[in-house]
Amino acid sequence: MGWFLLPFDNLLCMLLGISFTVWFTLLLVFIIVPAIFGVSFGIRRLYMKTLLKVFEWATLRIERGAKEKNHLIYKPYSNGIIAKEPTSLEEEIKEIRRSGSSRDLGATSQEFEMSDIFYFCRRGVESIMDDEVTKRFSAEELESWNLLTRSNYNFQHISLRLTVLWGLGVLVRYGFLLPLRVTLAFTGVSLLVILASIVGLLPNGRMKNFLSEKVHLMCYRICVRALTAIITYHDSENKPKNGGICVGQIHGGLMGVIQRAMVKACPHIWFERSEVKDRHLVAKRLSDHVEDKTKLPILIFPEGTCINNTSVMMFKKGSFEIGATVYPVAIKYDPRFADAFWNSSKFGMVNYLLRMMSSWAVVCSVWYLPPMSREEGEDAVHFANRVKAAIARQGGLVDLLWDGGLKRAKVKDTFKEEQQKLYSKMLVGTQEDRSRS
Amino acid sequence: MGSRASTLLREEEIEEIKKETGFSHSQITRLYSRFTSLDKGENGTLSREDFQRIPELAINPLGDRIINAFFPEGEDQVNFRGFMRTLAHFRPIEDNEKNKDPSGTEPLNSRNNKLLFAFRLYDLDRDDKISRDELLQVLRMMVGVNISDEQLGSIADRTIQEADQNGDNSISFSEFIKVLEKVDVEQKMSIRFLH
Repeated sequence: MGWFLLPFDNLLCMLLGISFTVWFTLLLVFIIVPAIFGVSFGIRRLYMKTLLKVFEWATLRIERGAKEKNHLIYKPYSNGIIAKEPTSLEEEIKEIRRSGSSRDLGATSQEFEMSDIFYFCRRGVESIMDDEVTKRFSAEELESWNLLTRSNYNFQHISLRLTVLWGLGVLVRYGFLLPLRVTLAFTGVSLLVILASIVGLLPNGRMKNFLSEKVHLMCYRICVRALTAIITYHDSENKPKNGGICVGQIHGGLMGVIQRAMVKACPHIWFERSEVKDRHLVAKRLSDHVEDKTKLPILIFPEGTCINNTSVMMFKKGSFEIGATVYPVAIKYDPRFADAFWNSSKFGMVNYLLRMMSSWAVVCSVWYLPPMSREEGEDAVHFANRVKAAIARQGGLVDLLWDGGLKRAKVKDTFKEEQQKLYSKMLVGTQEDRSRS
Repeated sequence: MGSRASTLLREEEIEEIKKETGFSHSQITRLYSRFTSLDKGENGTLSREDFQRIPELAINPLGDRIINAFFPEGEDQVNFRGFMRTLAHFRPIEDNEKNKDPSGTEPLNSRNNKLLFAFRLYDLDRDDKISRDELLQVLRMMVGVNISDEQLGSIADRTIQEADQNGDNSISFSEFIKVLEKVDVEQKMSIRFLH
């Protein structure tokens, strides 16, 4: 039986060899070389348009299936499922008391009524049915299915044709796209490490800066293609000069190797986690860097944690205290192509990268907003809120006052105490009211 | 393949919940979605910690009492049926329900049941009476540290005096209903759905 397998073995080896060569050549020609020169063939946009057409067809089929069976289709509503009246504590309790009492209240009667609890009761149950915060820490719900099992929570009526399409999608994503992207990512990262180290050996000067910029850009472009990221830039005239650098935390392991290489080629600011706690040290480092006109601009993410991109949560005021000019950038991901939200409590970085690479694509829009600076007499918190509002408006996101840290931590008691204080004022009034009456 | 949420919530179950609570089909699926998103342990039931994770509920002065209302006597977990049964109290009263004949069982969102829900927030030991202590406890939760004990005590005494009719120094459910007979309970204890 051995003689039968030998020529078969050779054939297999040859086939593998040929396909590997073809594969690599295609990769080089269509992706790596354009990345080096910053040229784009427009393949990704074509891909995006095709996918959108497929999704539309899938939606129509689901709707038709639902009509046949006479069922209602589940439609997620991001604006909330219940009607919440924006009345304040005072107004509502006064209204309840007025409706329950036959006598004329006026301003003097401030006694407790048993119906006062209705307000707290209703507000509490409203927040159980639908609240503004907890839904920001899980993936955004899609209007229609995008053929990924991971985003399928309530889409029924999936017919045979749709299942076949889904199967094809799985084949394409895991059989073609994923290996392609992993290869690209590997190439991109190794090129970055090698070239950046080489550039780092050069003496400091204009040549070094020029080369390091080129090296960084090339490798980032390769990595961007590795994720099939389709980024649309708006208003680039507002971009601060010379791109940017990162403010981040020192990692160990694979990230550490990448970080160290990047540092050699171009100045970045890295912090130890323990140093981060010392806010003055951080602020001093940032302000020193900002004042040095020859240094590059800093890129900061002030929310402090990952949110699911349907809202903008509280900005930490630290970076707004330095007094530098802020160039706000709004980023909005298109959730139909991939769920870019990294739920760090649910899965780690490698898992997240794999999920990203086996989705359709990462599509996002980036808006550069005109620069903003702190006005006379404005404090850091107010300034931060102003920037937040501008970003939320541009990106079409909900502007929330809640802290993103609520993802992991409990809410502070001060908010409860505020409500209690408000209510107590209604019961007994303030010192001045009592002395007057 | 199918969908994660609906494989756990069958059509028959939705029909049963519809009959018991009066919610519509889409409202039930939407609230089920909400239930599963709160259920971090993914075991089909909610614990008290799952509720306390909602920031808006955690800062509500009566938050703990409201959470208590979801859990039947002595139990620590509430399943979806129990969840819906409690939420049903806040369904708005529709016009066609007002004139229903009283021979059937009272719907969960009737005026009486809404008042009973509020009564139970006061009456912690479920003895069908609001004692002075129980009233003081709720008052203390609502005002925090901003009012002295004596003042709070006098507020509680005055309230019991006004409501108490049979002289037992506590408020029974019928006395409670009498005090609140003019209040627009239907509107104040109802939550309207947008769709």
